[in-house]
Amino acid sequence: MTNKIYQLETISCPSCIAKIDGMLKKTEGIFSSEVLFNTSRVKVSFDETRITSEEIRNRIGKLGYKVLGEK
Amino acid sequence: MPRLTKGVIVLISGVLVAISLLLKELVGYEIITIVFMLAAACVAGVPVFKKNVGAIRYGIVGIDALVSIAVIGAIIIGEYWEAAVVTFLFILGDYLETRTIEKTRSSIKALLDLAPDKARVKRNGVEKEITPEEVERGDLVIVKPGEKIPVDGIVVEGSAHVNQAAITGESLPVSLGVGDTTFSGTIIESGYLVIRADRVGEDTTFARILQMVEEAQDRKAKTQKFLEKFSRWYTPAIIVLSVIVLFVSGNVVLALTLLVIACPGALVISTPVSIVAGIGNGAKRGVLIKSGEVMEKLGTVRVMAFDKTGTLTVGKPGVTRIKAYGMTEDRLLRIAAVGESYSEHPLGKAIVAKATERLGSIHEVPEQTEILAGMGLKFSLNGVNYYIGNRKLLQDYGIRLDAHENDIASEEAIGRTVVIVGTNDGICGTISIADRVREEAGDLIPRLKALGIEKTVMLTGDNRRTARAIAEEIGLDEHYSELLPEDKARIPEHLRNRYGLIAMVGDGVNDAPALASADLGIAIGGTGSDVAMETADVVLMSPKLSMLTYAVGLSRATVRNMKQNITFALMVVALLLAGVLFQAVNLSFGMLVHEASVLLVIINAVRLLGYGRKVTARSGRS
Repeated sequence: MTNKIYQLETISCPSCIAKIDGMLKKTEGIFSSEVLFNTSRVKVSFDETRITSEEIRNRIGKLGYKVLGEK
Repeated sequence: MPRLTKGVIVLISGVLVAISLLLKELVGYEIITIVFMLAAACVAGVPVFKKNVGAIRYGIVGIDALVSIAVIGAIIIGEYWEAAVVTFLFILGDYLETRTIEKTRSSIKALLDLAPDKARVKRNGVEKEITPEEVERGDLVIVKPGEKIPVDGIVVEGSAHVNQAAITGESLPVSLGVGDTTFSGTIIESGYLVIRADRVGEDTTFARILQMVEEAQDRKAKTQKFLEKFSRWYTPAIIVLSVIVLFVSGNVVLALTLLVIACPGALVISTPVSIVAGIGNGAKRGVLIKSGEVMEKLGTVRVMAFDKTGTLTVGKPGVTRIKAYGMTEDRLLRIAAVGESYSEHPLGKAIVAKATERLGSIHEVPEQTEILAGMGLKFSLNGVNYYIGNRKLLQDYGIRLDAHENDIASEEAIGRTVVIVGTNDGICGTISIADRVREEAGDLIPRLKALGIEKTVMLTGDNRRTARAIAEEIGLDEHYSELLPEDKARIPEHLRNRYGLIAMVGDGVNDAPALASADLGIAIGGTGSDVAMETADVVLMSPKLSMLTYAVGLSRATVRNMKQNITFALMVVALLLAGVLFQAVNLSFGMLVHEASVLLVIINAVRLLGYGRKVTARSGRS
């Protein structure tokens, strides 16, 4: 299991949280996710053999949120 | 297509909306007007639409999906003007919200900016500049005026005035010299230091403060969790309602308007924006509040228990009174200090410290010193024999207390230890010693009461007399004395059963279990103890008691702010819903109210950033 935190551009709308979180929870290979509103970060724990970090970043990007960094 | 920034898109669609308004008024609903309206709706709407296409695929309905449906619906039924205005207001609102919400987080950003970015170390006699992370434990770090200290360590050379605001929130510089402890993130204002690095990088106090504050922001308050649940059913409920309205009344506009107001945006962010502004405000002044939940608890707690030693008192015995008979106070103090100069006893040390403070260093040497365990000591100076100690010592040597007995007893009754100084001819005087109450403890209780703390309790391992004396001096409601450490952890439990939610304030040195067992542990002077920083829910970095009233005041202000936001947001939700159902609110007006309410909630939270300034101004006037 891999844990990563992605830094997004400023999240301001409350429904962004539900959207990003909902998408991640429905994605294969992701065990859990949490969207941190105030820090504009997303915590994800996932199975690296089933989904890559690159793919997660892509999917968040496709929802319209730029991923600025990860750690 | 080049990526346009949010601001540019808002501007373009704003201009298009303005042109279409002008055309609507001048030429009426002609093709040209409709073209401009559609253009405005597209410029603003396409990014919104694109955002939700991805989300819909995962079966998630966000506000942009609802707005998209409403806009497309409006265009289909020929409400072009509404479509243009709704999309424009939506992206304008989003843009302004992003800008203002950044403001609520600005205190925390400012704190992050204080992180040191370079370090100058001396290795093998060569100075070189590296990043703070590359410094190793034991390295010698050189810091010059205007520079940030990059490590926690001990000064080995030089002296300087250091601004420690990053750690303690106190902007008055402190002077540091050889042997003193330095903190990463603090700034040298004048002087120069060579520091032996003790903790570097992520282990420094400053780095840990940053990490705690960062994590604290998103640890949700209970209210927030509740509101999130509320909106989770509110949104689908309104969507269902709009479908019902559509089929029952066939009123398409009404159904679309319902969609636009289905997301209670102001309600969802009402709590997090207040919390982040409150936590940020605290962090800037050296008050770490570790989560939204802690903020709520501190903002509502009514009972506060205090550890005595080191929290309400200085934690070191000090001379409180000198009473001399037949000689000056200074003379008495000097004689006692000479006698105690080699003493390891805390009382003796207190006397020597007082003498040094008042008279400068004492050079006379006592002769024939004899320590009498449990009683005191005797020595001779300039041919006179002196006895310093308790009653028993003087009685053993046949020196009578006579008329002084009452005075000694009354000092003891208020919790002081009385050291008697005598010669073979009688008593020369007495020196009273006690652990002194901290300077700011005087107005602590009245100020806490003014903030709504109803009950204040003191817990101490000290004896009953001392405990009562201090409790009375400060004005505490209750006190528990002669407690063992395990009692201290048990009493908060007992108080909770009696009074409800309770906060425990301590210095974290010997009261960590009590801090952990209370509903809310508040550690004062957090830089001193790692354990305190980890176990406490609220950490006051500075040892000043005034920070406690500040923290309580801030949390109350934050909770008040939160409640204002929630009340306002709930009213908006109710009024909008009623307004739409009774057809008093149309599509674009509904959107305007929705966006304006979100903005107002954020702006209200931004007010919290100014909390400390107001308090300082008020205390400055009084």
